[in-house]
Amino acid sequence: MLHITTLHYLVLGAALFILGVVGVLTRRNVVIVLMSIELILNAVNLNLVAFSHFWGGLHGQVFAIFIITDAAAEAAVGLGILIAFFRNKETVNIDEVNLMKW
Amino acid sequence: MHAIIDYISSYLTSEKTPGAAGNMFWVLVYIMLVFAGLSVAVIAMNWLERKILAHMQVRLGPMRVGPHGLLQPIADAIKLLLKEDIMPAEADGFVFWMAPLLVVLSAFTVFVVVPFGPTHAITDMNIGILFMLGVSSLSVLGIVMAGWASNSHYPLMGALRSSAQMVSYEIAMGLAVVSVILVTSLHGAGLYGVGGAGAGDGTLSMIGIVRAQQEQGVWFIFKFFPLGLIAFFIFAVSMVAETNRAPFDLAEAESELTAGFHTEYSGFRWSLFFLAEYSAMIAVSSIAVTLWLGGWLRPFPNLLNGDTWDQAFSFIPGITFLFFAAICFYNAVRMPKHPLFRVQTIGLFGFGVVLGLIGLILFIPAVSIRVQDIFWFAAKVSGFMYVYIWFRGTFPRYRFDQLMQLGWKVLLPMGLGVLILTAIFGLWPSIQQLIQRLI
Amino acid sequence: MTPVATPFFFYLFAAIMLIGGILVITRRNPVHSALALIVALLAQASIYLMLYAPFVAGVQVILYAGGIMVLFLFVIMLVSIERSMKERQFNSQWVAGSIAAVALGGLFIAVYAKGEKIFPHHAMRITPDELLNTQGVATMLYGQYMFAFEIASLLLLVAIIGAVVMAKKRI
Repeated sequence: MLHITTLHYLVLGAALFILGVVGVLTRRNVVIVLMSIELILNAVNLNLVAFSHFWGGLHGQVFAIFIITDAAAEAAVGLGILIAFFRNKETVNIDEVNLMKW
Repeated sequence: MHAIIDYISSYLTSEKTPGAAGNMFWVLVYIMLVFAGLSVAVIAMNWLERKILAHMQVRLGPMRVGPHGLLQPIADAIKLLLKEDIMPAEADGFVFWMAPLLVVLSAFTVFVVVPFGPTHAITDMNIGILFMLGVSSLSVLGIVMAGWASNSHYPLMGALRSSAQMVSYEIAMGLAVVSVILVTSLHGAGLYGVGGAGAGDGTLSMIGIVRAQQEQGVWFIFKFFPLGLIAFFIFAVSMVAETNRAPFDLAEAESELTAGFHTEYSGFRWSLFFLAEYSAMIAVSSIAVTLWLGGWLRPFPNLLNGDTWDQAFSFIPGITFLFFAAICFYNAVRMPKHPLFRVQTIGLFGFGVVLGLIGLILFIPAVSIRVQDIFWFAAKVSGFMYVYIWFRGTFPRYRFDQLMQLGWKVLLPMGLGVLILTAIFGLWPSIQQLIQRLI
Repeated sequence: MTPVATPFFFYLFAAIMLIGGILVITRRNPVHSALALIVALLAQASIYLMLYAPFVAGVQVILYAGGIMVLFLFVIMLVSIERSMKERQFNSQWVAGSIAAVALGGLFIAVYAKGEKIFPHHAMRITPDELLNTQGVATMLYGQYMFAFEIASLLLLVAIIGAVVMAKKRI
């Protein structure tokens, strides 16, 4: 318990991942859903860097940098979509996005 | 007991910063020293700004509170501490409280890596410059939170404009910094020297950057002659915009937005923003001094080298303080000879005596050797502070769209151009070989 | 530098991250969620430092905490949220979502418990040279992963154009 092994980091990553998944699936506010997606990506990053430290190579860290870049791009486009959506519907409620259901 | 004394004194013989040596006691001592020095610097900056701005506008500035207004900052601090702490009714309490805290924390944390000398830094991270850029970008969050938590439209508009401006100029700053980091990986001496880069050379650490300037024998502002200067210019303009100072202070100007994002803050919370603004100014000036102006190196380290020149330059700290003392005595003699002015005259004489004593202490060789680096660093940063105040007194304010246009359409392409040209200059031997092989 | 008090710092930052994560998904006010996420991201940067990845930690602070979260706060301020704060907080599928999350948690526990032989259970192998981390990442980024680097820059260009087009009033 006291000696920190790789498994500790993996469990922390898994816990964050589950928190993110709960946020995405249960929240009503679109902005909070997007923030939960960022939590998920961070959990994945933590896994990658923990394994990179274990195996000694830097591949995991490079992959983590690419994921951070990717998360930035995705957050920008997602928030742009959110703004467009808000302009049409005047609400940020996910339950209102049901145009396919007449 | 002996173990503690050994722990404390074991650092004094190692040639590393306390963070690198892992010595927690000295890390705390250095943090206290930096914090105290920074507080004194902010107080002095407050007084200097009002006096210098006043003299530039052909008036006198504060003259009443102490001799020539020297105690004015203390009076301001006491007033701000005693003011009523107002929070708007619908404001979000937690965020309202957190915003100045975040701005102050980010402004002060930057000083963990600022190098005042080859071993006089709290620590020397090997990602020093990255850390500084990252932490100073956290202050944008504080400003956005301050504007939103005030629940009123002037602060909201001010916060949006201010944070948009800060984020835009961070990019130009980053590009200017990258072109300097590129130059640290070269080994050639002199203005245009290139001597090939090995793999794994070049460094992001602040002390490493100054050592690279020492090794290459030239301050990076003069390296590859116009390119270093243009990169420095881009950084200088961006740093003024980054700290929301004139002429880029549209977001907090009284005539435009009734003080922008800190409209609803009063008393001690406002003084935290004010403290953070001056600390951020000193922090980005320290970055500029470290990256382009040779950090703690004395002027002309290579042109005028040799022991006699070193000796001559080592007298300058003492001479500077004696000069300040002489100015104090001169002004004390010129004070009106009226009984009501007696206290101020005595105060000014006393201040002059203190400055003179400091100057005399700085002539002792043992002290002078240790203080040289810190003095030159502080002198260069003071030069930057004067230039900040000069800008405020001289330039008219930029309109917001002109400001954004400058950041994105002028400084960003210039930064990219300087980066590419620096890379071409730096790799010129390899490019020559490539061309010869192709022809 | 020799690491000091690693278990204490690990548990401290792990607790900060988990509490931040829980606050993100449970606060009614999106600005409070964003603040909690910023705290979690900064704690994660500290954990990266513990994992001898200083460059990734620096990138995390600059990009994630100092860039993406500013973007989030901007959008939260532009999108008026007073009305949304008075509505119900959890959406209409919250039961199914919770069951799915619990199932995922059970899956993780099963994998980590049964696969201890596969997952590295013993101590970290190597203490890497942290002075050359940035240079190593740069060598790999511009050498082996050069193609991915160029594609990432193209991705960012597309994202910029996409975000501008999506948020414009009239194209």
